[in-house]
Amino acid sequence: MAAELVRGQNHPLPWTRLEIRVSAGEPVVAGATLGDDRGKVRGVEWVAHPGSPALPGLEVSQQAAAEHRLAVDLGALPDTVHRVSVLLALPVGVGGPVSFRALPAPFVSVTGLDGAEVAGYTITDLDTESAVVALELYRRQDAWKVRAVGQGYAGGLADLLTDQGLPEARELAGAIEDAVARGLARSVATPPPRPADGTRVRTAPHGRSERSAPAGPADAARDAGPQEQPAPAPRQPGGPVDYTHPGRRASAPPPPPPVAPAAHPGQAPRPVAGDATGWSMEERLYNQVWGMFEDLARTTAAYRSAVDFADSRMEQELDKVLSDPRSRIGGPGDAARDTARAKHADLTGQARAALDRDLAQLAAEADVVEPALPPAFAAWSSPVWQAYRAPMEIPMALRLGDLHLPERIDLRIPMLVRLPLERGLWIDSGKALTNTFTDAAELRRLAVDTAVAHTARLLAAYPAGEFSVHVIDAAGSAAAAFAPLVSAGVPARPPASGAAGVSEVLARLTRRVDLVQMAVRGGAADALPPDLDVAEQLLIVNDFPHGFDDRAVTRLRYLADEGPAVGVHLMMVADREDAAEYGPLLDPLWRALLRLTPVPDDHLADPWVGHTWTYDPPVFPQGSDVLRQVLDRVAAARRNGGR
Amino acid sequence: MTVNMTKGQAISLQKDDGGALTAVRMGLGWQAAPRRGLFGSRTREVDLDASAVLFADKQPVDVVFFRHLVSDDGSVRHTGDNLVGGVGQGGDDEAILVDLQRVPVHIDQIVFTVNSFTGQTFQEVQNAFCRLVDETNGQELARYTLDGGGQYTAQIMAKVHRAGAGWQMTAIGNPANGRTFQDLMPSILPHL
Repeated sequence: MAAELVRGQNHPLPWTRLEIRVSAGEPVVAGATLGDDRGKVRGVEWVAHPGSPALPGLEVSQQAAAEHRLAVDLGALPDTVHRVSVLLALPVGVGGPVSFRALPAPFVSVTGLDGAEVAGYTITDLDTESAVVALELYRRQDAWKVRAVGQGYAGGLADLLTDQGLPEARELAGAIEDAVARGLARSVATPPPRPADGTRVRTAPHGRSERSAPAGPADAARDAGPQEQPAPAPRQPGGPVDYTHPGRRASAPPPPPPVAPAAHPGQAPRPVAGDATGWSMEERLYNQVWGMFEDLARTTAAYRSAVDFADSRMEQELDKVLSDPRSRIGGPGDAARDTARAKHADLTGQARAALDRDLAQLAAEADVVEPALPPAFAAWSSPVWQAYRAPMEIPMALRLGDLHLPERIDLRIPMLVRLPLERGLWIDSGKALTNTFTDAAELRRLAVDTAVAHTARLLAAYPAGEFSVHVIDAAGSAAAAFAPLVSAGVPARPPASGAAGVSEVLARLTRRVDLVQMAVRGGAADALPPDLDVAEQLLIVNDFPHGFDDRAVTRLRYLADEGPAVGVHLMMVADREDAAEYGPLLDPLWRALLRLTPVPDDHLADPWVGHTWTYDPPVFPQGSDVLRQVLDRVAAARRNGGR
Repeated sequence: MTVNMTKGQAISLQKDDGGALTAVRMGLGWQAAPRRGLFGSRTREVDLDASAVLFADKQPVDVVFFRHLVSDDGSVRHTGDNLVGGVGQGGDDEAILVDLQRVPVHIDQIVFTVNSFTGQTFQEVQNAFCRLVDETNGQELARYTLDGGGQYTAQIMAKVHRAGAGWQMTAIGNPANGRTFQDLMPSILPHL
């Protein structure tokens, strides 16, 4: 541990090459004097100061600063030198503080070249002094030591140097002050506060008349053409230099994230919505939700692994008791069994306590995050949907439902997927689900409703007119479910039915994928035919494979594979069993799609630990009309061509 | 101030103010020893790998290494594989972060090992060290230098284990042989 010195205390120095670090709250001058065996400074050449910063074995900085590093090589000092005094002084005549009373107590430390601290000293009790001898390094029987001195001088450097026996003390003090003042004038001043963007733009065109017109080359340069920014002020000799680029506008930094209020000691900090990294609130919330997802996955993994371990250990211990014939019956055996059970209960109890602590924290976070989510991330029950308006740009992600783990069913993590969708969606209407209480017809109906809910959310997420929907309902079995979409005028054409309808829609979308791919590869996006709809396309397929021939199936697979990259997305509402006659040929298609279910189901795994999560499909609050309202607003925004 | 540890030495991971540490980083740094003779510029890269094995009651439960960078519970994180070591010196080339508060309750020991994945012995490595840093303030708590490089390809560096309500670190510094931590399991077990 580094020695913390008090005034007068000394400490051995392990090395001869050292650094002395000074930190004061305000710019101070740091210097050093060399003294002979009687402590006398023999002449001005024995003083290192900003005007003469380097002596053999000693170097100080050329300027006043709040932080200093002085390099000392005790081995390189002349043999006649027996003492090095490190001194600090306040710069004179620059408008700074005139005594150390106005400063926080300066701190000086002696460190090795690697920064390892040997000793430190805080100079306290300074008052009207304007110069102080902080430390002295001195030779004692061929070894060097450091002593905390802290001797202050109200008369400044002149008094300090006089006290050290320097004949020309007063002249040197004046020279040091001059050098410091020159150094300060040379140094880069802190830039003036930047005007707000609005001000800058407004003053730019007629800025010239408002400013006092300075003569010189800067003015001529401005006359060359209008500029967005006022030209830098003419440089005064020795004045601060303006390093701002005249033509470049600084990109505005993102608004700072909300700061969590300081936690009470011993308590977890209170969570805040948006407490994550990101350039916008949306990105922060997205990252926060994913952070909660990961934390829940991992904290549950910790709990499960502790419980598994406790179980297996208890089992082993009980086995051991059983396998030993002496302890199988009677006192020792029972005692061993009891111990094993107590150890198990103890460990699981601890694990549960840790889990409960973490879950409570995550639940508190969910409580503040959920109401802060924008529409695309929010549940249908959120009030933000009541105030929905068509957005101007695509959100970064979309909520497809909720995820939870059995350890705490009410802690639900929004399942957010990035937009544009990278894979198609498959709403499974099949029976092979964990929830088998719903009958097949009911499941099919729920699946189409879920598909409509996801579609409405996708439509609402995109700016008006930038998302088109096509529906294939070959048997027409879901006409009622699609009615909200159709009545809002969402699909450009009525749902396609029959083999002819299926093949016509697929052909149209295949052509679009093909043309856009060609345009993208050829770098000729403007060569696309004018009748081509450049909006993102969503194809909803119900009742697959009804109405599909082999050719249509091939086209569908082409769309699933190639579509997402060029803005054609697939949403299948299907029961895999219905397509069983295709055998394994369609397995790649199903695997390529993100499987969602119309009822809660355990089939999704997280990317970190691989827990099985229960997926909860989006639900509308009882009796809510939010779906129709949102679709109406989407339709209205389309009619108005924007807002 | 840092403690230079010697083999077998144990230190308690308490802060100077008595509070318990919450997060520590085990940093590993090394350089390939320069080759003597001609073509000295053709340095042979040495890939050392830091691993952390989590034990519950002397049974390995989880391991954090370059193919599994985060323990399942999220408490131990590897910052990533470094294949060549430090070109300069001083900094950590690989680091493993341990969030002591989040370590599952049944984990009572975490053993840190270093393996030479490329197979060079520690004779061909120089300036190798392993250090424990208080992650909350960057202060180095303990440093252990892999001195006396010998004819072995792995070393069991140190372990962090529960002691009472807090944690302790013990320097082990035992040579062993192996390419990854799996090969070291028999050598680790006696130190638990």
